[in-house]
Amino acid sequence: MLRLEKRPTPSQFWQYGTPIVAVLLTMIVGGILFAMLGKDPIAVIRTIFWDPIFGEFAFYLRGQLLVKAGPLILIAIGLALGFRAGIWNIGAEGQYIMGAVIGASVGLAVYPTETRLIYPVMVIAGALGGWLWAMIPAILKTRFNTNEILVSLMLVYVAETILAKAATGFLRNPDGAGFPGSRNFSSYKAASNPELIAGSGLHWGGVAALVTAILVYILLQRHILGFQIKLAGQAPRAARFHGVNPTRLVVFCMGVSGALAGLAGLFEVTGPAGQISIDFNSGYGFTAIIVAFLGRLNPIGIVFAGLLMALTYVGGEMAATNLGLPSAAIQVFQGMLLFFLLGVDVLSNYRIRMFMGAK
Amino acid sequence: MKRRHLLASAALGLGLAFSGAANAQMDKVKACFVYVGPVGDGGWTYQHDVGRQDVEAAFGDRVETAFQENVPEGADAERVLTQMALSGCNIIFTTSFGYMDPTNAVAAKFPNVMFEHATGYKRDHPNVSTYNARFYEGRAVQGTIAGRMTKTNKIGYIASFPIPEVVMGINSYYLHAKKVNPDVELTVVWAYTWFDPAKEADAAKAMIEQGVDVIAAHTDSTAPLAEAAKSNGAVIGFGQASDMSEYAPSPRVSSIIDNWGPYYVKRVGQLLDGTYESGDAWEGISGGEVLIGDITDAVPAEVKAEAEAMRDAIAAGSYHPFTGPINKQDGSAWLAEGQTAPDGDLLGMGFYVEGITGEIPK
Amino acid sequence: MDFGSINPAVLIASLMVAAVPIMLAALGELIVEKSGVLNLGVEGMMIIGAIAGFIVAVNTGSPVIGFIGGAVAGAALSLVFAFLTQFLLTNQVATGLALTLFGLGLSSLAGQGYNGIKPPPTNAVPFGPLADIPFLGRVLFAHDWMVYFSILMVAVTWYVLKSTRLGLIIRAVGENHEAAHSLGYKVTRVRIGCIMFGGAMAGMGGAYISLVRVPQWVDGITSGAGWIALAIVVFASWRPWRVLIGAYLFGGITVLQLNLQAAGSAIPVEYLSMAPYLVTILVLVIMSSGRGKASLNAPASLGQNFHASH
Repeated sequence: MLRLEKRPTPSQFWQYGTPIVAVLLTMIVGGILFAMLGKDPIAVIRTIFWDPIFGEFAFYLRGQLLVKAGPLILIAIGLALGFRAGIWNIGAEGQYIMGAVIGASVGLAVYPTETRLIYPVMVIAGALGGWLWAMIPAILKTRFNTNEILVSLMLVYVAETILAKAATGFLRNPDGAGFPGSRNFSSYKAASNPELIAGSGLHWGGVAALVTAILVYILLQRHILGFQIKLAGQAPRAARFHGVNPTRLVVFCMGVSGALAGLAGLFEVTGPAGQISIDFNSGYGFTAIIVAFLGRLNPIGIVFAGLLMALTYVGGEMAATNLGLPSAAIQVFQGMLLFFLLGVDVLSNYRIRMFMGAK
Repeated sequence: MKRRHLLASAALGLGLAFSGAANAQMDKVKACFVYVGPVGDGGWTYQHDVGRQDVEAAFGDRVETAFQENVPEGADAERVLTQMALSGCNIIFTTSFGYMDPTNAVAAKFPNVMFEHATGYKRDHPNVSTYNARFYEGRAVQGTIAGRMTKTNKIGYIASFPIPEVVMGINSYYLHAKKVNPDVELTVVWAYTWFDPAKEADAAKAMIEQGVDVIAAHTDSTAPLAEAAKSNGAVIGFGQASDMSEYAPSPRVSSIIDNWGPYYVKRVGQLLDGTYESGDAWEGISGGEVLIGDITDAVPAEVKAEAEAMRDAIAAGSYHPFTGPINKQDGSAWLAEGQTAPDGDLLGMGFYVEGITGEIPK
Repeated sequence: MDFGSINPAVLIASLMVAAVPIMLAALGELIVEKSGVLNLGVEGMMIIGAIAGFIVAVNTGSPVIGFIGGAVAGAALSLVFAFLTQFLLTNQVATGLALTLFGLGLSSLAGQGYNGIKPPPTNAVPFGPLADIPFLGRVLFAHDWMVYFSILMVAVTWYVLKSTRLGLIIRAVGENHEAAHSLGYKVTRVRIGCIMFGGAMAGMGGAYISLVRVPQWVDGITSGAGWIALAIVVFASWRPWRVLIGAYLFGGITVLQLNLQAAGSAIPVEYLSMAPYLVTILVLVIMSSGRGKASLNAPASLGQNFHASH
């Protein structure tokens, strides 16, 4: 029989080793799946994992990894703070939408004024939009003890309706002949978020994601608040004895995650997406939850998790287009990768022991 | 710096050689398609994929096709398009309105690749074409059937989002029902989704409860028809996007089929023989892009004949579904006697015609 | 508001049907969470149930076997979750979300070739003259058997949780797994059982969508019902009868807003479409502030993994 035995401290070796083992396992099992679908497994795996980084079109796709990973990382870092403290913000998708809508509204309200001030104001408005949307579950929780999972999730659907209303109503492009969708920010210089270095894929959102990762890492390692967050999650009672104010903590964690999600939305709408449209949101807020946990709720881990996630999206698309794989197969493959990444992680915290006979 | 150089030189070098019209014959064309939903959606995307298969069938070895499903609008679309252009697609069809800006953005970088954007209006570059289908022509046929068939004088329309395409359909449906049945009243329910089968079923049920007995849907699933089927023949409806013949002969008495094949075959063919030119195509029943699915025997023969006559008149170009006099909802004049609607008015349509109650959500 | 032309009997009857999928899935998830496990993969299990139920029903011609097939498939998928979280001690939130991704993809692969087929019909239970009673007949005696089954399952879960030894064990495991373990209960085994029950119920709920509500197979057919089911469990503060209230409330507002539109109400459409979500929040706020402790009803070990250290 096999048995798990907890390690006194997590294994250093396996902490870095498990992701590699997981990816290899996924390649094997995924390869079998692709072979069953009648595709050359090696070609598919190479297309997903190798080509975006080293392949023929890597000059373009490497940048795209950043484009895709940026919002995921930014949102996931905020969520991780809350998750560590035991605060469950499931509605980052809604906060992402509201950040984009409110930030875009500010920019479009002064169209076509061109001054350098506009973009910073929009960034603040975007963060504020996400923050406000997250404050609703936060305040309902601290005031009325209402469960934040439900409220934040329900508010995603409300935000989607507001988004549709914005795209077909109050933010609709007046020069767009009645079609839905706002003006495109790429043709409104002062309010746009272009690539900082052409071809790199890096825009202000990517910069913000990296800066936030470092700041939050420092917060968690060095700051009393970081200590309180970790304590509240691990030992809520002890936290109270240490003078942690749960209300403040909820407001802080929800606020930060909301503001970061809002920022991600603002950077996306003014940059890669370009405009408010009915289907502007594409699930970053939900995928970021997975990214947060894949990164073990650690800001630096999240950066890598976000990039890996982005790789499967970008590479998966390549495989679908070039090798004729159904996009559903890519979804299954991504699911398997996550299963393995999560599952193999057991090795860093536990030893597997073989023993004879019944326990 | 290699990467920028490559993109820039590709853009410059080839941009000089081609300017929108690919006049050289080609031995082989790679045609690529970007879909907003899964090919298994049984509606919008499914029909585009049928069109893609038509292209393969028509040209055999001379064409290679590739497609990408479930591409979100925005940044993802731009990446998928760039990838396709880089990997050698000669012509790329982008099959959702939301791909409009990404299509134009990518087209700017690849002047030697032809881009075809469905249902949009922007052609910022010489290698961008737009195409659409005049679905409102099909709605005219449906409206005729609806007006004749309703016993309660209440007909319904399950709408998705308040955009011109949908408003156009509602107006055409209502006008033609009204024409054959002046007492007809139209109920519109906005589902605020393109696809949510359960919600669509509920919307149909709500309308049936209000006495509506003919339902047209601008959402993608067969759920409204399934709901109508429970009424034992009292309520009828139409197939939307695909034929939905599994619900024939009743409640599905006819259908509007999006038939993109002829257009796709034509465009790829032109690319092959060197006669391709960018432009704007808005074809309807006459071009074969909008097919009226078989009108079943659940409809009396004279109604069927009338509907088919309408279809044929539209196909022959002798009748335009929006022919004046037509007033707007507020009573102000839109089209004078005998005047037909200019395409620009239709494409930006943001008002109901006179007689429809309720408001378009703003 | 203008309720004038809306027939309350029909409204109630339709909301009862609309609520079945989310109610079944929410009941399953309630048991899962009661045992201390948070499985966010409801949407994935529902859609696997939807396609499996559809395939089985189409091939056997029997919707009943279809529902069983949906339940089996949902339970089978939940085993992946159970294995990962119970044996490999993975994070439950992340594993659940991955399960949803996996299930959505797998259902779409499995469903290729099943588009545009009509499944065998699930008919209303013949109550004979009872169905002709004014008002009550329409509300109570004109449904298919799954509607009654879903209500029955509310009663069963309530009874099992409240009054049986099994329920006691489930609650004990969910409240304090260490204590339950030292009392000699097999924590992991109990939880795996609960997870599979949750999967089966979600699968059955999904099958109801593809076999009755729509009835057809298209990719992504559940379109978010699993998320609503998760919210309903929280809304119900882990009490079975409140699941029924929550599902009926949510289903009811959804149906009502469409009815109001169809009846030509003057309320702007976008407010109506937000209504189900806002009303759910509002009611939960009232419930949790009134009692003060509603949300404290959450199982104490919810989401925490258990590893027997000896």
